[in-house]
Amino acid sequence: MTVGEKQLSSETTENKKAKIVKIISSVIDKVDKNQQVSLNSIMLQLRDLLLVIDEMRHEVGTLSPQEIKGKHIAGATDELDAIVEATSEATGVIMDCCDVIQEKAAGADGEAAINEEVMKIYEACSFQDVTGQRISKVVKTFQTIEDKVDHLVSVLGIKVKEYVGDDEDDRDGDERFLNGPQLPPEAISQDDIDKLLAELDAAG
Amino acid sequence: MAVDMNMNVLIVDDYTTMLRIIKNLLKQLGFNNVDEATDGTMALDKVKIKPYGLVISDWNMEPMTGYEFLKQVRASDKEYKTVPFIMVTAESKTENVIAAKKAGVNNYIVKPFNAETLKSKITAVLGEF
Repeated sequence: MTVGEKQLSSETTENKKAKIVKIISSVIDKVDKNQQVSLNSIMLQLRDLLLVIDEMRHEVGTLSPQEIKGKHIAGATDELDAIVEATSEATGVIMDCCDVIQEKAAGADGEAAINEEVMKIYEACSFQDVTGQRISKVVKTFQTIEDKVDHLVSVLGIKVKEYVGDDEDDRDGDERFLNGPQLPPEAISQDDIDKLLAELDAAG
Repeated sequence: MAVDMNMNVLIVDDYTTMLRIIKNLLKQLGFNNVDEATDGTMALDKVKIKPYGLVISDWNMEPMTGYEFLKQVRASDKEYKTVPFIMVTAESKTENVIAAKKAGVNNYIVKPFNAETLKSKITAVLGEF
């Protein structure tokens, strides 16, 4: 971004609007008064431009930028963090098991063959590192999208309320049961499920 | 009544990795006759032509979910109507458990799970083996 571009982007929306109006007025003043057709033509085009800008502001407003940022992007990054954590934990368990296998195989028949296979498991576990890096890239992409939405909202002068969450689920029928893995506190444990099933059985 | 370890078991999941894991665990437990399906429609076709002693199914699959498969099994007037049915799924909301129970599920396992959990839930449904 050039110095001029940085200066422009830091100005308030109202100042920018005032500048645009000043520029347009200056252009109109310079138009030859005898060329009424040209003036009318310019005015019509300016009016069309205003309609386009208003429509764009309305369209962006209906996109619910606060929901994009506060719900969808936030939710997506939470899920990605959960993926990294879960794969890291599972990989740890796999490698711990490999260690035990190697210990137990020490001195036994087939030790070399067992170790060879165990090493393949270790190598395959490196997926977790690559997966984690790719997920970090995706998270950064989401951050970029979020920044651009913020910038667009700011440039268009749209007032956006903070996303406070919504509990409405407008899905019908069995669709409402399709939510995928949950994060705490929505997710219930196996113990909780067992208790719930026991209560339902007791209730008859 | 003793559990027939030669019974046919049907496992249903759209992730081949999960099918492999469950099949392996069942093999460790002593169940060697395990068939696979990748969604409710395929599973329903299988139960119609072969008797199963146990069904272990995921929920979230397309075109037919495990929940819909369960409902159709329980709604039928055929012998497979009463097949023991265990849901193994990542759907972990209370409303899902309640809905599955109302639909006639015999037990419910939330993913991720371990061999011990699978064994204890199969035992709870079929008896000691």
